[in-house]
Amino acid sequence: MMATPALRRLARHGGARFGAAVVVVFAVVALLAPWVAPYDPEAIALGSNLQGPSWRHPFGTDSLGRDVLSRTIWGARISLTIGFVSVGLAMVGGVPLGALSAWTGGWTDRLLMRGADVLISFPTLLLAIVVITIFGPGLDHAMLAIGLAQVPLYARLTRAAVLRIKVQHFVEAARASGAGEWRILGRHVLPNCLPPLLVQTTLLFATAILSAAYLGFLGLGAQPPTPEWGTMLAKARDFLRTAPHVSIFPGLTILLTVLGLNLLGDGLRDVLDPQTAA
Amino acid sequence: MFRLIAGRLATGIPTLLVVSMCVFAIVRLIPGDPARLLAGDFATEQIVDELRTRWRLNEPLPVQYAAYLGGVLHGDLGRSIATSTPVLPELTERFLRTLELAVAAIVVAAAVGIGAGLVSAVHRATLIDHLATALALTGISTPIFWSGLILILIFSVTLPWLPAGGTGTLRHLVLPAVSLGLFGAGVLARQTRSGMLEVLGQDFVRTARAKGLPERLVVVKHALKNALIPVVTVLGDQFGRLLGGAILTETVFSWPGMGRYLIDAISQRDYPAVQGAILVFAAAVVIINLLVDVSYGVVDPRVRAE
Repeated sequence: MMATPALRRLARHGGARFGAAVVVVFAVVALLAPWVAPYDPEAIALGSNLQGPSWRHPFGTDSLGRDVLSRTIWGARISLTIGFVSVGLAMVGGVPLGALSAWTGGWTDRLLMRGADVLISFPTLLLAIVVITIFGPGLDHAMLAIGLAQVPLYARLTRAAVLRIKVQHFVEAARASGAGEWRILGRHVLPNCLPPLLVQTTLLFATAILSAAYLGFLGLGAQPPTPEWGTMLAKARDFLRTAPHVSIFPGLTILLTVLGLNLLGDGLRDVLDPQTAA
Repeated sequence: MFRLIAGRLATGIPTLLVVSMCVFAIVRLIPGDPARLLAGDFATEQIVDELRTRWRLNEPLPVQYAAYLGGVLHGDLGRSIATSTPVLPELTERFLRTLELAVAAIVVAAAVGIGAGLVSAVHRATLIDHLATALALTGISTPIFWSGLILILIFSVTLPWLPAGGTGTLRHLVLPAVSLGLFGAGVLARQTRSGMLEVLGQDFVRTARAKGLPERLVVVKHALKNALIPVVTVLGDQFGRLLGGAILTETVFSWPGMGRYLIDAISQRDYPAVQGAILVFAAAVVIINLLVDVSYGVVDPRVRAE
């Protein structure tokens, strides 16, 4: 989909290169977790709890003697799932709503966008907490909550992109050649909206990972003993004074992953969607 | 100006009504009897019946909503299941604590963010710019609770300079405010930098330079003043987001604010408290956005003319 010159420009973008490298490492580690994690992430060894970093346990062990590196690696797998599921849900809900809003115009557009604006003005975490209150804590519900909270963002963005494309000559040409309205929207307009959506997807993937960690940290997301990064840090906090490594490594991993995704998103925006580049 | 305020109020009030409907719906969407949920697992049948009558839970939904809204408008947010006391007084106290934290955090965010963005733009494409840009992105990417944990580790554990929790003095406020403010600082730095770069390339800046004004005056008096207009919107938006982030910071620093109250209420299934806290949170965000919209009109006369 992406034109080759755009790919070349992306390859020359320093930030995007670094971001892409981090994201690739994150994805590979996540996919290969069962093979690259040195220990079972849930194997308890009470005799060797809260040990500092060593050759045997490069990230040390937690309060139950579990290997922090293995848990962090499995955490990547969970975060990758969270990203795909939440962002996927947000897309499935938001893209059709935004396209419908832009295509039909009138009061449908005004009503949908007013609703989206109201939802966007609230912090994602607060919206997610509302959803969790109704459905109860847990990883599945956290993903649903984050996905729902991101629907208005996709709707807004898709609407803006469709409005920009729908006035172009090739759409006029498709209409003149007798194509139906929905066919024009699906076959000609939406595929051309992909660049800004791709940029946003990268950035929202980062937001989804952060939000899931936040919910996990608050005890509303993944529940112990699941090796989710936020959930791990919630427990690690109790041992901050005696065993800071249990907090440092998973936190650094979240930071690096989110930074990588943000850098890649910024790079993609510079290359694909220069009008909105900051 | 009056028309601007009236116009914003006209959109703010329906938003608040929608918010109240959503909060009203929460307890009704949870499977189970709303009266039992609002009374708690250990309440007697008599208390459950009292609540059912008080909130008209046997009547149609519009009547129930009217009863709920009437209660809210009279300051009745129900009684906490956990403490058996009315929700509003405790929530008011907690809200002021959260506001204190959020205001301190936004001051940190504005000082660090606008400063870094300004320096970055003035030294465009130099090492300083790259460093500031990288730091801003790191600020955005750092989990709010983790920056709090690291600050505690450095400034409370390793160097015992500041308290790791509690409230009361300015010293207690420093770490939570910095931890929460750093996130907003990243966003503000990026916005200030791009706004400054746009303004610095404009004709009136060239004219100011051509007049022979010192560079410092050109930057601060001419460029920054104009670049700050979009920054004010971002600042307001960030203030709303910081209220959300405060939920995490309050958990890390045991700050007795509204965020901590909400999370405790959820874990104790204290639904009247949950409803009250979400309502106050959401209303605060709506009111802040309203104030920001109005302040936008104060900063930029073109908005008033629209």
